[in-house]
Amino acid sequence: MRAALAILRKDLRIEWRTKESLSSLIVLGVLLLVALTVAYDPTPETAATLAPPVLWATFVFTGLLGIQRGFLVERENDCLAGLLGAPIDPASIFAGKLAANLVLLAAMQAIVVPLVGLFLHVDLGASLGGLVVVLLLGNLGFAALATLFAAIAVRTRAREVLLPVLLLPLLVPLLIGAVKATEHVLASGLAAAGDALGVLAAFDVIFTVAGWLLFTYVVRD
Amino acid sequence: MRRFGGVAVLAGVDLSVEAGELVVLLGANGAGKTTLLRVLATLLRPSEGTLELFGVDAGLRTAETLRRVGYVGHESACYPDLTGAENLTFYAGLYDVPNAAARVAELLSWAGLDGAARRPVRVYSRGMQQRLALARAMLHAPDLLILDEPFSGLDPAAQTALDDRLLALRTAGHAIVLSTHDVARAAPLATRTVVLHGGRIVWNGAGAADPVVLARTYDDVTRGRA
Repeated sequence: MRAALAILRKDLRIEWRTKESLSSLIVLGVLLLVALTVAYDPTPETAATLAPPVLWATFVFTGLLGIQRGFLVERENDCLAGLLGAPIDPASIFAGKLAANLVLLAAMQAIVVPLVGLFLHVDLGASLGGLVVVLLLGNLGFAALATLFAAIAVRTRAREVLLPVLLLPLLVPLLIGAVKATEHVLASGLAAAGDALGVLAAFDVIFTVAGWLLFTYVVRD
Repeated sequence: MRRFGGVAVLAGVDLSVEAGELVVLLGANGAGKTTLLRVLATLLRPSEGTLELFGVDAGLRTAETLRRVGYVGHESACYPDLTGAENLTFYAGLYDVPNAAARVAELLSWAGLDGAARRPVRVYSRGMQQRLALARAMLHAPDLLILDEPFSGLDPAAQTALDDRLLALRTAGHAIVLSTHDVARAAPLATRTVVLHGGRIVWNGAGAADPVVLARTYDDVTRGRA
């Protein structure tokens, strides 16, 4: 756990210093929001149903970019070899990178979520508590799976293409659950989203455990 | 044995290194030196055969074994957006180095990087990055130090400082395996010289070698005359 915390601190320090990932994520998130809002041209009647898919489509595409960049840091100067040569469990590298990705996603969402409310004229404030729960569960599953696959993709030449190709099909259950849960939370509150939250929680458990167990084999030669 | 995509880069390499030995690995480009060193550092698994480090199957990659190994490859393994001091402090944490701050300061001083310790590694020259990489590998005083062309990028003063350090480590009982193309520099350091050619060991000379004899031998085996 100490190694995971050291890796988290290191990643956050690099991000704080460069602000490369977060600024890219926010810019891409805002651009996606604008594009989707213009494309759908929501009316006051359709805006509430449009908000959940717009939110999650934005998070997935911006998140992919951010998580990929998180592993490129380890590729530069062959830093991954430095980590793998250290007397630490490779699973702690997974835990550290996962935690850093979660912080990055949360920071991006802190900017993008209010903008979704603004662009689509949806009152997200009224459902903020429930929305935070959905975001936390959705983020964990997404980040766990993306962290695992980013470790695979970063070792390949076609990494920019490979990560979405590998990841997006596997994210479908999470996306359906997250969109449904968000819809229920916005319409009726957290209590109404029980089933969808169950899907998210199951996804989180499966892929966090899978990432923890498989990461060693993924990063090693 | 180590293959890449069906091509054997190392074949039938049988090598043991004892404490207090400094083994210099020579060979032409593509001879398999880097692959062998990465296998020794447990960063690559042998496709066939076994590797034991300190009497333990290296494939297990136990923390105790890894803690006793230091490795410098062709790249520094240091984060460009962290400072030199931050990089060493980060690795000192991973290796659980006691009195980490003092150890980091000592090695920064040895590497001649005191003045640049608070600057990001991104602005370091090639030689400074190499010195930082060497400091990183020595941070936890490993019993086995594996160095892939450690003299590359270093100025003469830094090369001499590295010579002195390696000799001191060797005398203190640390085992060192290094690869180089600089035969004249390597010969006085070596307790043993190994020449790798086509993925095989073609020369394994015990004892300190005469630079002239060693250079001739190296030349002969890499040109296929021996």
